Amino acid sequence: MGLNKDQMAQRIARELKDGYYVNLGIGIPTLVANHIPEGIDVELQSENGILGMGPFPWEGEEDADLINAGKQTVTLKPGAVIFDSATSFAMIRGQHVHLTVLGAMEVADNGDIANWKIPGRMVKGMGGAMDLVSSAENIIVCMMHTNKAGESKLLPECTLPLTGVGCVKKVVTDLGVFDIVPEGFLLIERAPGVTVAEIRAKTAGRLVIAENVPEMVL
Amino acid sequence: MNKVVNNADAAIAGISNDMTLMLGGFGLCGIPESSIAALVRSGVKGLTCISNNAGVDDFGLGLLLQSRQIRKMISSYVGENDEFERQMLSGELEVDLIPQGTLAERCRAGGAGIPAFFTPAGYGTEVAEGKETREFNGKMYVMEHWLRADFAIVKAWKGDTQGNLVYRYTARNFNPLMAMAGRITIAEVEELVEPGELDPNTIHTPGIFVQRIFQGTGYEKRIEQRTTRKRS
Repeated sequence: MGLNKDQMAQRIARELKDGYYVNLGIGIPTLVANHIPEGIDVELQSENGILGMGPFPWEGEEDADLINAGKQTVTLKPGAVIFDSATSFAMIRGQHVHLTVLGAMEVADNGDIANWKIPGRMVKGMGGAMDLVSSAENIIVCMMHTNKAGESKLLPECTLPLTGVGCVKKVVTDLGVFDIVPEGFLLIERAPGVTVAEIRAKTAGRLVIAENVPEMVL
Repeated sequence: MNKVVNNADAAIAGISNDMTLMLGGFGLCGIPESSIAALVRSGVKGLTCISNNAGVDDFGLGLLLQSRQIRKMISSYVGENDEFERQMLSGELEVDLIPQGTLAERCRAGGAGIPAFFTPAGYGTEVAEGKETREFNGKMYVMEHWLRADFAIVKAWKGDTQGNLVYRYTARNFNPLMAMAGRITIAEVEELVEPGELDPNTIHTPGIFVQRIFQGTGYEKRIEQRTTRKRS
């Protein structure tokens, strides 16, 4: 069982705080924008040069000059601003962006992340991910708990080339929510219907389990 | 100071084999379409191209990859181009992948006369291998060098005959930074106007950075990922 992609996005959206500037990565993180809680005012930053990104355009109103970092056509909210790539990464490196949500292939229990390269097989590049993870004070990784072969993506040590070291603070998977603490992955919430035993079986990295792990209410 | 040249073919005069070029754009957004077409026609080879992405198989820099005119790419993300991946994995194409913010800042630094700077991006990863690292305020940083190019080729929305440029929406991206870092900077624009027609308060790239300008033709402005909301 576990959470579907939309539910993962919904859970992450609860981490948003009023007044946050947020960078959402490509894939599931993008869906977080659909679940921003009522009364919470956040601005979305897209590293290709937008602050105040809006939803997708209505059919027929796409503009080739207005895309997000995933190269998707988007719109601007009133009050949005456009800037060049150096200014964009000044916002990121300068820690003016409060929260980064991104996907990963592997996360280690010390907060290392790998998400840009599988040597000899897949080399797409890191895009803005290395800048984002090396700078953001608050980084949430959003990914499936296991890979297609059923192997844990929460590891004692990353096996793939790293994107950043010791930087991930929180991981939301289809099975649960984990804070990264000095002792490893601290399980703080279980997805509905998922047992601690299942999470234990599917987590290769050090896992810390509190006495009572609440089930997530969506 | 009139910097107008007739067309893309005239603009790229002097670009010869084995030169280093910067090309603006993010994905297919804000790329110098007319100049890329002229480079394909010119047959120039052995190019080192600095550009955030590598186009798609049949558009953007993908056209120069198909014709094997590029020897080396310096980019941050190349995921949308199968031919690129094939040439890279087979070793035909030399590739330097660098973090996007580092790429932007290296271009800016090149244009601004700053030979190197420290960034946290890539510390502890293979990106930092062989580079000087240093601690500032308890955090580790990697030294990165400026990037400069024989020619920088940028695309703007409007420009005047003196080379002042205005970009439209996210077609700005790397263009203003690369415009600063070319020994010769070529600007192609959708609309070429007379001096005084652009509001001095809203010019993004001052003409001092631009040596040649022309009005491009037949812009396709292809959309890579057309995403929309359905009207109910």
